[in-house]
Amino acid sequence: MSPLAAIFMRDLRLAVRVGGGGGIGVLFFLIVVVLMPFAIGPDLTLLSRIGPAILWLGALLASLLTLDRLFTADHEDGSLDLILMGGTPLELAIAAKAFAHWLTTGLPLVIVVPLLGLFMNLDGRASAAVALTLLVGTPALTFIGVIGASLSVALRRGGLLLAVLVLPLTIPVLIFGVSASNAAIVGPLPFGTPFTILCALSLVSLVVGIFAAAAALRHGME
Amino acid sequence: MALIDYANPTRFLGFAERVLPWLIGITALAFVAGLYLTQGAPDDYQQGATVKIMFLHVPTAWLSMFGWIVMSIAALGTLVWRHPLADVAAKAAAPLGAAFTFLCLTTGSLWGRPMWGTYWVWDARLTSELVLFLMYLGVIALWHTVEEPSRAARAVAILTLVGAINIPIIKWSVDWWNTLHQPASVVKLGGPAIHPAILTPLLVMAVAFTLLFVTLHIAAMRNEILRRRVRSLMLLRAQAAPGSAS
Repeated sequence: MSPLAAIFMRDLRLAVRVGGGGGIGVLFFLIVVVLMPFAIGPDLTLLSRIGPAILWLGALLASLLTLDRLFTADHEDGSLDLILMGGTPLELAIAAKAFAHWLTTGLPLVIVVPLLGLFMNLDGRASAAVALTLLVGTPALTFIGVIGASLSVALRRGGLLLAVLVLPLTIPVLIFGVSASNAAIVGPLPFGTPFTILCALSLVSLVVGIFAAAAALRHGME
Repeated sequence: MALIDYANPTRFLGFAERVLPWLIGITALAFVAGLYLTQGAPDDYQQGATVKIMFLHVPTAWLSMFGWIVMSIAALGTLVWRHPLADVAAKAAAPLGAAFTFLCLTTGSLWGRPMWGTYWVWDARLTSELVLFLMYLGVIALWHTVEEPSRAARAVAILTLVGAINIPIIKWSVDWWNTLHQPASVVKLGGPAIHPAILTPLLVMAVAFTLLFVTLHIAAMRNEILRRRVRSLMLLRAQAAPGSAS
């Protein structure tokens, strides 16, 4: 097994076993979405109109919540130092870790969207649109989050600082995610335009995120 | 005189001592000229005297972006060349950029009240300026969470460069999200659409504000160098004090 595949499989196993905490993000997502009607009121037409926005915001906050886990545990048990010293390029190792992280925290959010869509009075087509935009949009959130996670582990400060640094950078993803969902549900924009831009944002964040995170870890750990 | 000669902080301090009085003088002169021209500029036929807020608003908006450019260049200096003054320059520029962004938002909102009838609209330019302000605050927060200046410098440098890539994307997506503001009118093909009677004071004010930024930046860099010296002297004294661990 190549080192990258080993890192990937290890992160997947760690996430699904006891103490992994991958499910917490989904639970948080569920609770945030359930809280919304209490604040807004149980008006079903209003909820279905702002449903995509609520689902996107919930997913954004839930993916932010799990970012801490990306490097903290590895830093505590020393495996991050091994990855840094190993022969595998750090950028690729981070990409493998981020992909595993997305599979265990981002993808579950996409899977529960049809269920949460029922609470928001979204019909099948609308739920599918939100799930599809989240499917291509959550990788961008993860790869942007990787930057914040690496900075906070390099500086040994986490929590709120991470949120403050990461959230402004996610604004374009939120804009295009919600407008692509709305375009599919009510129009009048064609769905393709914001959707392809969302895909582009994910790809750009992949490149920028792993290089910035690798630089942050290299400079922070020396 | 190459930039590397100023890697020695003492030499930079000498340079700052020599240059600052001149800069302060030129800045004051530029402001006198700019304010005089502003006072002579005609009122707008629709907006009346409120159009004069523009002479503060536009230069501060320009400097809010200029501040991030300065920080990005300094970030490259920190990461690529390890220039000792680069992180001092980056740290000094962050509060200045934030202050000018805040001024831009404040003057814009005071201008918006009589013109649009509200202090705040979720217009594209206002919104991206607000996001820029939030990012400045994030950078300042990062500076303040880490005690060791050189470690904070590298983290901030990475965040600054990521921001430099992202700010145009954010700006563009916010534009896409909502456009209500008037389109750009100073820099566009076919010459500016502003009458020279307004354009001249505007440019003079822009020069004056830029000089103000440079002056404050050099002064802030000097203060930061002195602050770091005080810090290392205090650390040395704490180490030498009787009863300390080492």
